Amino acid sequence: MADFLYVFRGGGFQQLSPEQMQKHMQAWGTWIGELSKRGQFKGGDPLDPGGKQVKGKKKTVVDGPFAEAKDLVGGYLLVTADSLDDAAELARGCPILEVDGAVEVRPIRKM
Amino acid sequence: MSSDAERGVVVEHLFRHEAGRLAAALVRVLGPANLDLAEDVVQETLCHALEVWKMGRVPDNPAAWLRASARNRALDLLRRQRTRTRLAPDVAQLQGELAPAVDAAFTEDALRVEQLRMMFACCDARLQPAVQVALVLKLLCGFGVDEVAQAFLASPGAIEKRLARGKAALRRAGALADLSDPQLARRLEAVLDALYLLFNEGYHGAHPELAVRADLCAEAIRLVRLLAENPATAQPRTFALLALMCLHAARLPGRLDAHGALVPLEEQDRSAWDRALAAEGARWLSRAVSEPPTALLLEAAIAAEHCFAPTFAATDWRAIVTLYDALYAQHPTPVVALNRAIALAQVEGPERGLEELHALHGRDRLGRYPFYFAALGELHLRAGHAREAAEEFRRALRLARSPAERQHFQRKLAPAR
Repeated sequence: MADFLYVFRGGGFQQLSPEQMQKHMQAWGTWIGELSKRGQFKGGDPLDPGGKQVKGKKKTVVDGPFAEAKDLVGGYLLVTADSLDDAAELARGCPILEVDGAVEVRPIRKM
Repeated sequence: MSSDAERGVVVEHLFRHEAGRLAAALVRVLGPANLDLAEDVVQETLCHALEVWKMGRVPDNPAAWLRASARNRALDLLRRQRTRTRLAPDVAQLQGELAPAVDAAFTEDALRVEQLRMMFACCDARLQPAVQVALVLKLLCGFGVDEVAQAFLASPGAIEKRLARGKAALRRAGALADLSDPQLARRLEAVLDALYLLFNEGYHGAHPELAVRADLCAEAIRLVRLLAENPATAQPRTFALLALMCLHAARLPGRLDAHGALVPLEEQDRSAWDRALAAEGARWLSRAVSEPPTALLLEAAIAAEHCFAPTFAATDWRAIVTLYDALYAQHPTPVVALNRAIALAQVEGPERGLEELHALHGRDRLGRYPFYFAALGELHLRAGHAREAAEEFRRALRLARSPAERQHFQRKLAPAR
């Protein structure tokens, strides 16, 4: 077993009706609930679209956003899975894919 | 935070119904002229909630969360507006003026009142009924354009146009009606008519999906309940309509079979009927009594006879005939006469029913109504006239307006042939 980070990018609900939004939320609940039941869910949070960026040797602080809507990171999840392939397979169940979003699956390096 | 077992689960239709409540409150705060802005705020509020809640953190009181979030957005908008129009705004003073006014629009009582005001605005008699009902679904029931289109089996483009026309009228109207306005009593009729139309779209409409139809009926009932529970609109005719809707909707679960075909009353599984809704209907019916009885009251009383009859055979058909007589006296329409004749046939036999149907006043106006021919077919069948029965069912089949009706008549035709 190894740990993986899911990074959620893009995915918009502006075009969904209230009822569709509620169904979408329930789909997330079901997906994370399944991961949780199998002991593969280790945590995660949504991220606010605003923020700041600190960069360069001058340590300049600039306001977000940092990316176009389709690339904007909207949240992350930590999961355990047998392999990268297994983690990617699990990510295919993520409801963000239904609203044109993407899941980036990254193995977490162990010391 | 909710437990893992109930992640992402909130009460059914919460988003949809809160969308309607928030829109009504926001129109009060921002004014009907800013209806589009109010709708944008609703959408942003729901999107924001979805972002925050979707990973499993649904607050204990999601409705209160949504209202607080919409309230903050509205307050922000108003403050920005003021900053734009004043050179040196005293923010502290502004907060003092604005916040209580905005808060007042989001209390439980205000939300109920604002929804009623919105209902009157949507059901303005100057708007076409189809526009009224589309507005009700969009603004008060939180339906998306595609969902409104699906409900009416219309194209989203056509619904967009309908809604644009209605919203333009709403914006022009300026302030919404006050519930204490004595003129309101006259306008209640138009509201009840529109909600009845919405209900009938669900109950008799051509939509093949039972779930869609049940949703429309449930929405109509929810809105009439709001009218029935407010002193300004709690009148016998409101109660009568609500009773009628409950008593009809209670039988919706038995009305279509697994293939979406209409199931005739005598073959319906009465154990599938919604007893709680039927009981609610009976309660409203007892408060709906008026002298002289209105047509709605009589229709509700007829629905109650069916709803509480243990079986088709044990139905009090004589009472139903009497009710239809009273209804016909007020509403001498061919459809009422048709239903009266069907009930009479249960009491006095199929030959008597056929006699009534053939002599029916205004029968030429039923020329496109499939159930007239279906009724003739049914009575011929019972009287043992197989050939005539088949002929009538074939006529009904040709006139069927929905797949549910078509399947039903086809099934009737099979043994008659």
